[in-house]
Amino acid sequence: MEVKFNEAALNTANKIISRYPDGKQKSAVLPLLHLAQAEFDGWLSIPVMDYIASILTIQPIEVYEVATFYSMFNMKPVGNCLIEICHTSSCWLRGAEDLIKHIENKLNIKAGETTADGKFSLKRVECLGSCGTAPMFQIGAQYYENLTTEKVDMILDDLDKSGKRRTYFDAVDLNAHK
Amino acid sequence: MSTKLLLKYDHIPNINRLEVYKQHGGYASAEKAIKTMTSDAIVDEVKKSGLRGRGGAGFPTGMKWSFLAKPPGVARYLVCNADESEPGTFKDRYLMERNPHLLLEGMLCSSFALGANTSYIYIRGEYFYIVPILEKAIEDAKAAGYLGKNILGTDYNLEIYVQVGGGAYICGEETALLESLEGKRGNPRMKPPFPAVAGLWGCPTVVNNVETIASVVSILENGGDEYAKLGVGKSTGTKLISASGHINKPGVYEIELGKVSVEEFINSDEYCGGVWKGRKLKAVVAGGSSVPILPTHLILQTSDGKPRMMSYESLGEGGFATGTMLGSGGFIVMDETVNIAENLYTFNRFYHHESCGQCSPCREGTGWMEKITHSIISGHGKNSDIDLLWDIQSKIDGKTICPLGEAAAWPVASAVRHFRDDFEKLIH
Ligand SMILES: Cc1cc2nc3c(=O)[nH]c(=O)nc-3n(C[C@H](O)[C@H](O)[C@H](O)COP(=O)(O)O)c2cc1C
Ligand code: FES
Repeated sequence: MEVKFNEAALNTANKIISRYPDGKQKSAVLPLLHLAQAEFDGWLSIPVMDYIASILTIQPIEVYEVATFYSMFNMKPVGNCLIEICHTSSCWLRGAEDLIKHIENKLNIKAGETTADGKFSLKRVECLGSCGTAPMFQIGAQYYENLTTEKVDMILDDLDKSGKRRTYFDAVDLNAHK
Repeated sequence: MSTKLLLKYDHIPNINRLEVYKQHGGYASAEKAIKTMTSDAIVDEVKKSGLRGRGGAGFPTGMKWSFLAKPPGVARYLVCNADESEPGTFKDRYLMERNPHLLLEGMLCSSFALGANTSYIYIRGEYFYIVPILEKAIEDAKAAGYLGKNILGTDYNLEIYVQVGGGAYICGEETALLESLEGKRGNPRMKPPFPAVAGLWGCPTVVNNVETIASVVSILENGGDEYAKLGVGKSTGTKLISASGHINKPGVYEIELGKVSVEEFINSDEYCGGVWKGRKLKAVVAGGSSVPILPTHLILQTSDGKPRMMSYESLGEGGFATGTMLGSGGFIVMDETVNIAENLYTFNRFYHHESCGQCSPCREGTGWMEKITHSIISGHGKNSDIDLLWDIQSKIDGKTICPLGEAAAWPVASAVRHFRDDFEKLIH
């Protein structure tokens, strides 16, 4: 399959590139990698990164070295719903480890793994700026806060039904599960 | 009730909308600044206000602005630091989500004062959902003539763009942030040159925190002298505190600096509402994960027996022997059931994960500190490991390009200094 943005994504990419002075288009690499990850199945393959390099007229290595530095870029395939759960101090103090165990049991995977049906991946992440509403996780753009095991069950069961891939570009509900 | 500036209109429904923001006096400071003041006069007001950077380092904002180089014909930039990744800190998120125009108005006033015609808001990637909130506010402000070309009929032009990061705490450090904004890995730069001389794309640049920039609006509203009347000594104005951990009412609170004691902040219903579950207080990290952790007796009182107050000076009193820092205002409370070595493990894991890897003391040292603490908390530690931890942190502190090294060392040093017992309890 040829790697190429559709027209809408290409327009977004060009709009992003226009934010920087002439010759500084390399600045668009992070925003374009986010866009590519959302457009191409939730992760960054070598052909996808090469494609971004060609759009920005920079060397592929300049894209690889950036993609591998930042933890939000997935360098291998992930499930449709990537659960990014915080395990840092404030979340840890309010039971994050119990929640992680609960999710691992429920999905029958360990953190770092993907379910066999490709629906869910679980990833431990560092503080997401939600410490006052801990414990919490993020799926796509949506923050789910003040979590309990019951809430987690409800959220994951709902997501399981819809089965849709979640991305950081999703519209969010600001009052969900607050 | 203490004075509120940043959260004054927080209770107003739809304050995120331009028309509502304007009904409550919004954009009046910008209008005053752009139509009636010179850039120098604005910098003077900010100097008089005594405002100190709210991103963690507390550097005087007016002074930072006055260092900005102004070579003719070279663009200058204002970059708003919305990377907010210091564990325990979530105030910038709160402000941007609920009152985006306050930040934009602050950026307009600040960019005008600095002579910047393009400004960027660098926001941590995980806050992706806030991007459309900011972009909608930018679009509305532009349609109303507060951004774009010929702002308010003057010859001043300003574009503001939102740039998303990719998940890297180090990109909160200002030179790493600039590298990232240039489309590179977030490796901090050697200073000098400082960003004020050679920043974004080599141009003179000011990097300020979200809360710092938002505070400029109230400074211009009533003047720097009025702002400086709030607070105590060199801790002027108000500060947002992100309160989390074992308390009844976690959340973001605005305090007048130096006017609220730590004890009142923890116990009053206006703020944290007391330690949860009726338990006793054990320890507090007062200013984000990087600042020294203090046990109850030291956080509530300074070494000379005075109540410790929520201000830069009072929290710092006693130096690292008995004091701590206000930092970013990330206030994490721990109850009597917490073993501080176990909490420290979450910090050590964090800093190891977030070290950019440029400097060996930080790259290697954070890894060793994570491993040793892990070994201690899983029951495989030795007594000598505690001294080893101390030794490693002392060999990171002060020996790295950027302060992430110190940020990783201080939590370890303070935990060993004040809570050695907790480590020993885990060693068999
Ligand atoms: C490792 C590290 C992380 C930092 N993270 C942030 C951050 O997330 N937000 C922030 O405003 N400042 C952060 N800072 C401080 C910035 O380097 C810089 O001092 C600040 O953005 C300046 O703005 P201010 O003077 O308005 O505080 C960090 C510093 C270090 C060393
Ligand atoms: S510690 Fe989990 S969001 Fe901050």
